[in-house]
Amino acid sequence: MTAEIIVVTSGKGGVGKTTTSASLATGLAIAGKKVAVIDFDVGLRNLDLIMGCERRVVYDFVNVVHGEATLKQALIKDKRYETLYVLAASQTRDKDALTQEGVEKVLEDLDKEGFDYVVCDSPAGIEKGAHLAMYFADHAVVVVNPEVSSVRDSDRILGLLASKTRRAERGDGAIKQHLLLTRYNPARVAVGEMLSVKDVEEILGINVVGVIPESENVLAASNAGVPVILDENSFAGQAYSDTVARILGEERALRFTEVQKKGFFQRVFGG
Amino acid sequence: MGILDFLKRKPEPTATVAKERLRIIVAQERSTRGAPDYLPLLRNELLEVIKKYVHVDLEAININVERDSGHEILELSVALPDHAQAKSAG
Repeated sequence: MTAEIIVVTSGKGGVGKTTTSASLATGLAIAGKKVAVIDFDVGLRNLDLIMGCERRVVYDFVNVVHGEATLKQALIKDKRYETLYVLAASQTRDKDALTQEGVEKVLEDLDKEGFDYVVCDSPAGIEKGAHLAMYFADHAVVVVNPEVSSVRDSDRILGLLASKTRRAERGDGAIKQHLLLTRYNPARVAVGEMLSVKDVEEILGINVVGVIPESENVLAASNAGVPVILDENSFAGQAYSDTVARILGEERALRFTEVQKKGFFQRVFGG
Repeated sequence: MGILDFLKRKPEPTATVAKERLRIIVAQERSTRGAPDYLPLLRNELLEVIKKYVHVDLEAININVERDSGHEILELSVALPDHAQAKSAG
């Protein structure tokens, strides 16, 4: 398989997995890659909203797995980027709608269609959906907030990635783990109210691939159905661009991790 | 403590507390990761038996499963208190 499978996972809910999946997939498409982003959260479809294609969902992931639609019918082409496609989650309540064989077949077919990257947006938790989202992955982006329960959960997820994936089972070499710290607030870190980048790296024993500052632009972007990476003026958008570049192998220094002193114009006009 | 003391008190560096708590729990959870599900139960039952003879806490019992090529080693250590007071075994 030449397509690279990237799972975006976290264990804990509400930390920014879907926001990250949308921005990561869009960023890879901007870099010229052919990308599919799949919502694995069966029953709770959300990625379509964040990508802004919710009204164009006809067939979903489960339809494809069950042979009720072809992959081509179910892939929703992004309005902004030619090489970006979304595969929506089903809204069925049947949690067993996805099977390992079914997921494998879809990933193989995407590979045959010439996709460079498949981004798997994992549901929260460590149940079947989360397991299936990570099972075939080559890379994992573990999204973590600087908060105790999120850090603890991400350590469990790192453990599962190292043991419960196809790569681990076959001994194909470890999955590449990328830790992404989101909702970071440098001002609160500075006064000792929030775990720092270094704290989180030390606790989990892995370096971050990116730090996304807490930003009102993230909510604004999801309100509008535009992945925040496309908001080039926002710190969060720029931090996602940096993160995608690093995942593609580029070296970039961390930004927005120190308290910013706002200049006069920023104060007046925002920024 | 005076009524106005809270005005003088500096905010606690809660991030330090968070880090320390996480350091401990993460290390503990890693040590039992991938181990059989019965280990916590085994630990509790062992504690009951040991308590018949010495006073020890749950924390004093450390269970580790080490994997070597082809076999697993169940490693058990019990930290006895300084002045272990033996009970009558009755």
